[in-house]
Amino acid sequence: MARYILRRLAIMVPMMVLISILCFAVIKLQPGDFTTQYLTDPRVTPEMVAQIRARLGLDQPAPLQYWTWVKGILTRGDFGYSFAYKRPVQELIWERLGWTVVVAGATMLFSWVVAIPIGIYSATHKYSFLDYFLTFIGFIGVSIPSFFLALVLMYLSLRLGGTAVGGLFSQQYIGAPWTWAKFVDLLKHLWIPLIAIGLSGTAGLIRLMRANLLDVLQAQYVVTARAKGLSERVVIYKHAVRNAINPLISLLGMQLPELISGTIVTSIVLNLPTMGPFFYDALINGDQYLVMTFLMFSAFLMLLGNLIADILLAWSDPRIRFE
Amino acid sequence: MAQEWKVLSQSQLMLRRFKAHRLGMLGFFVLAFLYLLVIFAPFIAPTDYLVQRRDYTNCPPTKLHWRDADGRFSLRPFVYGMQRSRDPITLEVRWEEDTSRKYPVYFLVRGHSYKFLGFQCDLHLFGVDADSGGQLFLFGTDRFGRDLFARTLYGGRVTLSVGVFGILLSFLIGTAMGSISGYYGGRVDNAIQRFIELLRSFPRIPLWLALSVMLPPNWSSVKVYFGVVTILAFLDWTSLARVVRGQFLNLREKEFVEAARALGAGDRSIIFRHILPNIVSYLVVTATLSFPGMIMGESTISFLGLGIKEPMTSWGLLLRDAQSMDVMRMQPWLMIPGIFIVVSVLAFNFMGDALRDAFDPFATGA
Repeated sequence: MARYILRRLAIMVPMMVLISILCFAVIKLQPGDFTTQYLTDPRVTPEMVAQIRARLGLDQPAPLQYWTWVKGILTRGDFGYSFAYKRPVQELIWERLGWTVVVAGATMLFSWVVAIPIGIYSATHKYSFLDYFLTFIGFIGVSIPSFFLALVLMYLSLRLGGTAVGGLFSQQYIGAPWTWAKFVDLLKHLWIPLIAIGLSGTAGLIRLMRANLLDVLQAQYVVTARAKGLSERVVIYKHAVRNAINPLISLLGMQLPELISGTIVTSIVLNLPTMGPFFYDALINGDQYLVMTFLMFSAFLMLLGNLIADILLAWSDPRIRFE
Repeated sequence: MAQEWKVLSQSQLMLRRFKAHRLGMLGFFVLAFLYLLVIFAPFIAPTDYLVQRRDYTNCPPTKLHWRDADGRFSLRPFVYGMQRSRDPITLEVRWEEDTSRKYPVYFLVRGHSYKFLGFQCDLHLFGVDADSGGQLFLFGTDRFGRDLFARTLYGGRVTLSVGVFGILLSFLIGTAMGSISGYYGGRVDNAIQRFIELLRSFPRIPLWLALSVMLPPNWSSVKVYFGVVTILAFLDWTSLARVVRGQFLNLREKEFVEAARALGAGDRSIIFRHILPNIVSYLVVTATLSFPGMIMGESTISFLGLGIKEPMTSWGLLLRDAQSMDVMRMQPWLMIPGIFIVVSVLAFNFMGDALRDAFDPFATGA
């Protein structure tokens, strides 16, 4: 097992090199750079723009810029400097990582807690009215873009006289110390992003859980368990569900990176303090190291998620062996 | 009584299975309707989607009436004139129907002229008499007084066609890469697979956004449109390439391919005449199920202002106007284009599911 993990980690190294090159290429292929915004500013002369470019190192040839960046990461753990914030990139990302993980983590918890019981119900009550109804909701969940769902939820909340719309806290709690009231206020705000980000994933989970459980319920050992005279509850929960849930566990690892990218658009709509709006601004401004680091970070999470998924699967299913 | 037997070909069986899938048929008809709607947009829309009306900014949808203020019923629907006033205290704009002005809605009326299939034309499916001064805004207007119904139809042209072109392009790349990878194997296969892994190791949304920033700001909206198509296709082809590769790996060992080779068929003929026809059903199902991703991708990019740009419009770009909370309170009708996104994606999902079931060769005939 340890050897397998080590080998997988070793494969990640050349992958990360390729990823970093791709990230850099994407940035460099963009028209203009951070200093483009000064060109239209009448107070800034072209000479000054050239000076700024030189100071930021943007006048150097692209391969050299890339090399300087990579060298900084490898030797000093320095991911570059944000032009707009005038601070090291890793500090900025670290600051916003907290809320991103809170929102993504809460969404994940929400989708599992909701999806698994519903999936079990749908499979054990196949073709019942509620099964059809939930399947239909699931179809809608997969078909609605998260940003539109966020808009609709905001609209409904406003219509019903809600005030906790947008952001994560009401005005008076921003910057206030943690109290019970502040926590309740957070929960009042959190449900819109939870549903907006999580609904499509939840719908997918329900469908998978339902399909897996239906497959397992056909298996011979389930028939045997029933024939032995075990109660239906034991048959379902002890024999069938455990095996039906196994393939889903591998999804756990993949979900976090996907949720983090899922928070981007929703966060922009709902004005949440996660990395989404931050990444968007950096993209628009051409804040290149910030964009590159964020892209690389999200790709790294994906690779890590893949690995975790495989490990979890092996851990939960003793039939899987590593060669 | 003589039993009548009928032999059905594989494709007849497929059609039969597809027809038995009720949601799939529903999806098919909804999509046919939507595509007809946007193809004939200039004919169906009663107004020009680009004309700005200073007197009718942010006007709510005009209601169709069949019964007038005096309770008289008429089979021909009509609309009232819209009267704008300001709340004396909050200064909020209010719109009210002016029941003294009545404008009947006619079928096939003459309106603004447009070009369709090269013909100059001014006939519209329905509308109010253009010279009467009445206005018909089924979905209301935006902040420039442009008719949202017309804009939704024209926006649908962009959103729904981005899917078509995007999938064509994605298919070209995906099938080519997948066939090469699966048929030749070895080092080429390895290189292509690593490249696919590289692309797939990024979460979609950040990469979509980063790539769409690459479109130069001085490009015309037509160029930007094809830029968006290219970006969506560039990130979409990988899953298809994998499916095609798997099928090729499987089929190239089959006896019929060996037989073809023994008969002296070249690589090209084996790929195009013997293997590809066998996986067409997979391709069709994958294509249908890729539409939702394309539509959502285009909407997301345009919604964030990184995609389609004015004067062109798309459902995502139209929703961009509905972002603020004030708009939601005062002009909720600006969210209507979103319903079209959901309905079209839902319809594609239904149809894709039905096609998948219909093409399953192991399913028994319905």
